[in-house]
Amino acid sequence: MITFKIGGIHPHDNKIAKNAAIESLKLPNKVAISMAQHLGAPATPIVTKGDSVVVGQVIGEPSGFISGFVHSSVSGTVVAVEPRADIVGNMVTHVVIDVEGDIWDESIDRSEGLNSNIVASQDAILAKIKSSGIVGMGGATFPTHVKLCPPKDKKADFLLINGAECEPYVTADDRLMREKSACIAVGTAIMAKVLGGCKSYICIEENKPEAIAAMTAACSKYENIEVLKLKKKYPQGGEKQLIDAVTKHQVPSGALPIEAGCVVQNVATAFAAYEAVQKNKPLIERVMTVTGQCVAEQKNYLVRFGTPLSYILETSGCNLENAAKIISGGPMMGKAVANIEATTQKGSSCLLMLTKEQTARMPIGNCIRCGKCADACPMGLEPWLLYKLSENGNQFDALEDNKIFDCIECGCCTFTCPSFIPLLDIIRVNKVEVMKIIRNRAKK
Amino acid sequence: MANTIVSPAPHIHGRNETQILMREVLRALAPVVLVSFYFYGLNAILLQVTCLVSCLLTEFLIQKYIQKGQITISDGSACVTAVLLALNLPPATPFWVAIIGSIVAIAIAKMTFGGLGQNIFNPALVGRVFLLISFPVVMTTWTAPSSFFSSVDAFSGATPLALINEGLKSGLSVQDVFAANPGLTPAQMSFARAGGSVGEISVIALLIGFVYLLVKKVIKPHITLSIWATVILMSGIFSLCDPTAYTGPLFNLFTGGLMLGSIFMATDYVTSPMSNKGMIIFGIGIGVLTMLIRYFGAYPEGVSFAILIMNMVVPLINKYCKPVRYGYKKNK
Repeated sequence: MITFKIGGIHPHDNKIAKNAAIESLKLPNKVAISMAQHLGAPATPIVTKGDSVVVGQVIGEPSGFISGFVHSSVSGTVVAVEPRADIVGNMVTHVVIDVEGDIWDESIDRSEGLNSNIVASQDAILAKIKSSGIVGMGGATFPTHVKLCPPKDKKADFLLINGAECEPYVTADDRLMREKSACIAVGTAIMAKVLGGCKSYICIEENKPEAIAAMTAACSKYENIEVLKLKKKYPQGGEKQLIDAVTKHQVPSGALPIEAGCVVQNVATAFAAYEAVQKNKPLIERVMTVTGQCVAEQKNYLVRFGTPLSYILETSGCNLENAAKIISGGPMMGKAVANIEATTQKGSSCLLMLTKEQTARMPIGNCIRCGKCADACPMGLEPWLLYKLSENGNQFDALEDNKIFDCIECGCCTFTCPSFIPLLDIIRVNKVEVMKIIRNRAKK
Repeated sequence: MANTIVSPAPHIHGRNETQILMREVLRALAPVVLVSFYFYGLNAILLQVTCLVSCLLTEFLIQKYIQKGQITISDGSACVTAVLLALNLPPATPFWVAIIGSIVAIAIAKMTFGGLGQNIFNPALVGRVFLLISFPVVMTTWTAPSSFFSSVDAFSGATPLALINEGLKSGLSVQDVFAANPGLTPAQMSFARAGGSVGEISVIALLIGFVYLLVKKVIKPHITLSIWATVILMSGIFSLCDPTAYTGPLFNLFTGGLMLGSIFMATDYVTSPMSNKGMIIFGIGIGVLTMLIRYFGAYPEGVSFAILIMNMVVPLINKYCKPVRYGYKKNK
């Protein structure tokens, strides 16, 4: 079966929320919409205190090439435009809105029916995707319109729609593929059209048979879209690993996927593209899994951006007594929530509660040189060596020679270490240092 | 809000800890240990107990009174060393010799380097070779495997390799030695008929352990298989050139410590290379050195020396054998 070649691990997938159908979360009284929901420069707020807004109205404009539009996810009155702490505690400008009713911009088509007739031109589609504030919804939140505009001399041979969802616990993409398969197929066709009609693969791991069936049925009318069943292996949903699995090409070190002739987009991004282009609906909400063994009810919510995490936990009846860690995203690459009053963003795919037993770090032992970290590393690095060089201190040349900058921070090494050495923590710190040195050298 | 932990990803761990890995190695050693108990009786049992107690005690005392640090004897690595050392001794080894071997293995070969993960040489092999050089008579006094639980007094048997070695030295051909010792067939030797160290009793039991380790993904097959391949190839070529002076592939594969060494000693995590390529080079080196010592050396047996010599090369192998990196392949 199809999978990537180098490294990888097999954590228990724990998709305990897979049978919870998507339901809309009741609107909160107040939302705080971040201006930094995408990679790149934060958006500039264009509303001020006292303005009244409707659902889908632009409230933030891009402030650079790699930046994005931000829309209001609710209707009501702006009560503040101020810096607030985000999930990890960084201060970011938020637009705070008191929710009043649920009045949508009139240009948005809220009808249920499927619109599979793509009439917009390539340029019109790109403009629409940009103005709808669509970003990569797999978690990296890279502005989608930038990804869909490869340099003139490069051509995309393949569009990979990433439905691997290799992170344990997360089921948002699985549910979306099961319930909105037809829309995702149209969204894929839309993005393929922008790229000049390239071959598209919808890549789904074997542990989601219902999603594979639904997507296969939905794509049967498209000649150029094929659904691929992938072996279950983490981190298959990583862009580089997915490209290797499907095309056997490798993205050269330091380059973008287009160098391997590929553009990779998440299934949720494809869905957002469908809604933007066919229904004129900007990106204001997404599916988010609320899960964990210590949570009474597993949920897949359709959540408006800016909804406070505390509100989601309250509404879903989460008893936080047993939760030792709250994670935004999956357990392998998600971020531990430092501020429960922070709000959801375009990249928030999951809210995961883990017990102390599940997440506790054990006492660190000696490296026994078993090489399991090197076997697990999907980039073919030697985490044990990077760790050792880091411990010795100031060995940045050696770290660079051993390709520390290629680390994708997937966490396979830490996961697999029998001595509980926090390899990735140490590598991450030194990677930042090495990148800084490389950048300074480039400047000279 | 609730007091929750904030720390970097990943937030979960595979929980496949050192202790569990060591336990798997001990399980893999169980068949050969049990077979040795059956054929060598009390001798083998006493040897195991002596090694276990003295290895654990040595590590405990050093950690408690010299290092004054954490006591980590429960990680199981000292147990593995002890069991392997016992399997590497002749069945009639006096208990005080076994104790000296254990102390050398743990105190000198392991703890002086900094304990688990820091040693250059395989501790059990250092213990064995130390004894072999210090007490050559004791270490080459073999007991023939006998029946159930009869404590046999030591009598001078000889290992198949020693028989060949002595035979060749006294001018006989390989075929003459085989003719004089009808028990020396690979089939006989693969289960409990060959004299030798405790752990050399049964090739089949060792192979069961090998398969178990592979299935449980404790070790990878690269080192073991490349040792076997090298030994088969080298002895094949030599024995084809001159069958009277050199023993053949099957004989070399099934005799002496080759199985025990290639499955359990050479694959020791700490003292073997990390990358697949490195493991293969390491295995080939052990195979070549073993055969050179067996054919041309003074000792009839060379696996222990071969592994120890290759242990020294591991840092160099690690430096030059890098894993296949992602992103450096030329796309078509």
